[in-house]
Amino acid sequence: MIAILDYRAGNLTSVARALHYLNQSYRITADPATLQEASHLIFPGVGAAGEAMSHLRQTHLDQCIRKWVHTGKPMLGICLGTQVIFEHSEEDDTVCLGIIPGYVRRFPENLQHEGQDLKVPHMGWNHVAFQKEHPVFRGLPEESEFYFVHSYYPAPTDERWVIGWTDYGIRFCAALAHENLAAVQFHPEKSGRPGLQILANFCRWRGRDAE
Amino acid sequence: MLSKRIIPCLDVRDGKLTKGIKFKNNVDIGDPAEAARQYYEQGADEIVFYDITASSDGRDIMIDVVRRVAETIFIPFSVGGGIRTVEDMRRVILAGAEKISINSEAVKRPLLINEGARAFGKQCIVLGMDVKKVDRSSSIPSGYEVVIHGGRKYIGIDALWWAKEAEILGAGEICLNSIDADGTQNGYEIELTRLISSNVRIPVIASGGAGKPEHLLYVLSRGKADAALIASMVHYRTYTISEIKTYLHEHSVKIRMEW
Repeated sequence: MIAILDYRAGNLTSVARALHYLNQSYRITADPATLQEASHLIFPGVGAAGEAMSHLRQTHLDQCIRKWVHTGKPMLGICLGTQVIFEHSEEDDTVCLGIIPGYVRRFPENLQHEGQDLKVPHMGWNHVAFQKEHPVFRGLPEESEFYFVHSYYPAPTDERWVIGWTDYGIRFCAALAHENLAAVQFHPEKSGRPGLQILANFCRWRGRDAE
Repeated sequence: MLSKRIIPCLDVRDGKLTKGIKFKNNVDIGDPAEAARQYYEQGADEIVFYDITASSDGRDIMIDVVRRVAETIFIPFSVGGGIRTVEDMRRVILAGAEKISINSEAVKRPLLINEGARAFGKQCIVLGMDVKKVDRSSSIPSGYEVVIHGGRKYIGIDALWWAKEAEILGAGEICLNSIDADGTQNGYEIELTRLISSNVRIPVIASGGAGKPEHLLYVLSRGKADAALIASMVHYRTYTISEIKTYLHEHSVKIRMEW
């Protein structure tokens, strides 16, 4: 069973619907006992880092997530879920979970591409250049694009963890993986066929077999 | 780099498309969820539904439509029409829509934008604007005026002022519809689109007037739109979404070509 972590950060039903479409059994949950039974954890989320972190601390879900990482069972971060596993986010100057060394930064003002001003949030479909083989990111056509909505981006300290880069005025990390953890800044549940491919790959992944 | 989005727009009344849409076998499709699936498979980047149902029973039917759409397509979609409160928004979002579009209601009560943005995040709130070209005046300095109730009522609000105001209030995106161009199939209002898009920091979806792929090319390049809404030109099978995307791609517009 796949657990979708419910920590009141936005609408989790779209991830659930995608899993349903993929014939996976899942539960949207915040219950530690249910998490223990689960084989995989999806850590989604839309919203602000500050609020998300304070909710995680209040409910002690922050401890549950840290514990999960140590079990070696696969975990997938999506969007805000990916951001809060870093050490710190510039959004609301938030201390985050610190599972991955690195920071979450705001896109700079006056971001440009070929002389044109770029808008923030970065909203819409963009290409991800995958650098490495990884079981979760297997079988994606080269030209695949993914759906993004965000104003902050992950900047891992160790670039060896980066699986895919995206260009939006600057180059940022759109997908990363380390041991039993995979994380994406885009929304696989809203990225059509390649997005569903990533979710299906994740559901089959046993963790820790990266690199 | 970010791709320009091509967004088919479907009008729904009492849970059915207001006009049947013809697909491959030339059979009319009246079910919004089935039409959405066809466009999803043709490469639509997003889908917009406008619910023009009047009755409250019809609203429940629309929630059911949203739920079925959300089970079928895995790209973002928005729902507009008749949304007056945060509670209305919540029902549609929980049923599976990514975004909510508000228009006349936001003009009448601008705080609705703010309430929605705080409850669901800015990215959920699309401000729909119906705009008409008028003579420049002290109250309408841009020469474009906001109209409400489907373009029937003038209220003395400048379109450029309203777009900036909506951004401050927390709108995540603007869907800009030219009443003058709407339904003509003679092309988008390029000047209006360019004016609004270059004066706000949120994405602008151009709407009204699309008849040929060239029209999309102009509005996405000269008009500086981030996305283009299309209706009749695909509903009546004059073009497929994939033909339009191929044309734009060949004319150097950044488009999502793999789906």
